[in-house]
Amino acid sequence: MKSCLVVDDSKVIRKVARHILEGLSFEVREAADGREALDACLDSPPDVVLLDWNMPVMSGMDFLRALRETAIPDKPKVVFCTTENGIAYIRAAIEAGADEYVMKPFDRETLQSKLQIVGMA
Amino acid sequence: MTLRPMPAAAPRVGATGIIAALLEQRTGQQLAPNRSWRLDATLKPLLRERGLADFDELVGALLGARDPSLADAVVEALLNQETSFFRDAGVLEQVVEAAAAMPNEGGRLRIWSAGCSTGQEPLSLAMLFAERGGDMPDIQATDVSNGALVRARAGRYSQFEVQRGLPIRRLMQWFDPVGEDWVAKSDLVDRIRYRRLNLASDPVLPGRFDIILCRNVLLYFNAGMRAKVLDALSCALRPGGLLVLGAGETVIGQTDRLEPSRDWRGFYAIAEPARRTA
Ligand SMILES: C[S@@+](CC[C@H](N)C(=O)[O-])C[C@H]1O[C@@H](n2cnc3c(N)ncnc32)[C@H](O)[C@@H]1O
Repeated sequence: MKSCLVVDDSKVIRKVARHILEGLSFEVREAADGREALDACLDSPPDVVLLDWNMPVMSGMDFLRALRETAIPDKPKVVFCTTENGIAYIRAAIEAGADEYVMKPFDRETLQSKLQIVGMA
Repeated sequence: MTLRPMPAAAPRVGATGIIAALLEQRTGQQLAPNRSWRLDATLKPLLRERGLADFDELVGALLGARDPSLADAVVEALLNQETSFFRDAGVLEQVVEAAAAMPNEGGRLRIWSAGCSTGQEPLSLAMLFAERGGDMPDIQATDVSNGALVRARAGRYSQFEVQRGLPIRRLMQWFDPVGEDWVAKSDLVDRIRYRRLNLASDPVLPGRFDIILCRNVLLYFNAGMRAKVLDALSCALRPGGLLVLGAGETVIGQTDRLEPSRDWRGFYAIAEPARRTA
C-alpha cells in the first residue's frame, strides 16, 4: 500500500483529498503546514506528498527546499496542489524539484492521473 | 435531412429506438447500454435549447424533419467523445518507437488518427514526435463530429482537460494559458491536419499510411460494420504498416485481413495472403 502525506492548512481540503486517496488505496496522513509535514517526513517518509503552497508557519515551497536538504534516502515524490495556477508559480515549483502540479480545483480523476504520472497509482 | 427507414438492426421501439436508429444510421454507433438509460439527461440541454417539451416532442420533430440541423445536433449529443492526453501512454510511446524503426523511403511517415475526438490523441503524438526530434510525420486526424473538430482545431482545453494525462512539464512546454483555459501552441496544432470523415460511410483517406490509430471508436459498432471499417482501414495501410486499436479492442475474429503484428505487441499488421487463404 502506497502512503501519501496530505499537506494543507484547510481541513476541508485535507478531508476531500483523504477521501479520494483512500479510494485509490493510499494510506493517508495529514499535516496542516510545512513544518508539520517536514517532521512527518523525518519521522517516516511517505511515498508521495500532496502539497499546498500558501500555509502558515512554513509554505509549501519552503517545505520542498527543506525536504531536498534532508538526509532522507528515498525522497518522496512531491505533487503541488494549489490555487496558485499562474505559470510563474508552476515554473518555480518545477525548478525547485516538484514532480507534478495539480491546479485546484481538482477532482478524483485529476489526482489519479497526476499520481499515475509520478508512478504512484 | 429526412430519416431513412429504421434499419432492421434496431429492435428497440418507441422514442429510444428511433433515436438509437438515427445514431446508428449516421455513425455506425449503437447506443451504448450505459447511455440509453441516461438518454433523458444527455438530451435535456438540447431539448431546452430547441424549445421542445419532452422526448416525444423531439422524436416528433425528428420524424417531421422540419429542421434538418436537429438530427445532426442529436447525433452530436449522443456521440461518446471521451478522450484524454496520453491515453494509454505506453501505446503512444510504442507508436513513436515503431515509427522510428520503419524504413525511411524518402517521404515523411504518414500517420492517421481516426476518431480523434477533440484532438488530445494527435496532439499527444505530435508532442512525442517533436520531443524525439528528427522528421515530423504527416499527422492527419479525422472524426465524424464537427463539434469535436472545431475544438480540436482550436487546440483549447479546460483546466480539467489538461490535468488528464498531461504531465506538467509538457503543459508548460506546449501550451499557453488563455483566461481559464490552456491553448496548444500553434506550432504543435499546425502539424496536424484535421478533417471530417465518417468511418461508417465515407471512403478512407487517400494514400497509404504507415500507422493508423483507431482507438476506442469501433467498440459500439455492430459486428458487420466493424468488420467493414477494419477491412477499409487495412486497405489504407501500406505494406508493413500498423493499425493501433484501443486497449481491449482486437481484430481477431473480426476480419481476416489483419493479424497481430509480430514485432509490436498489441498492434496489428496486414495479414499474410498465405494465411488469409489458408
Ligand atoms: C471515445 S472517442 C475516442 C477518442 C480517441 N481515439 C481516444 O482513444 O481517446 C470516440 C470518437 O470516435 C468518433 N466517432 C464515432 N463514430 C464515428 C464514425 N462513424 N466515424 C468517425 N468517427 C467516429 C466520436 O465522435 C468520438 O470523437
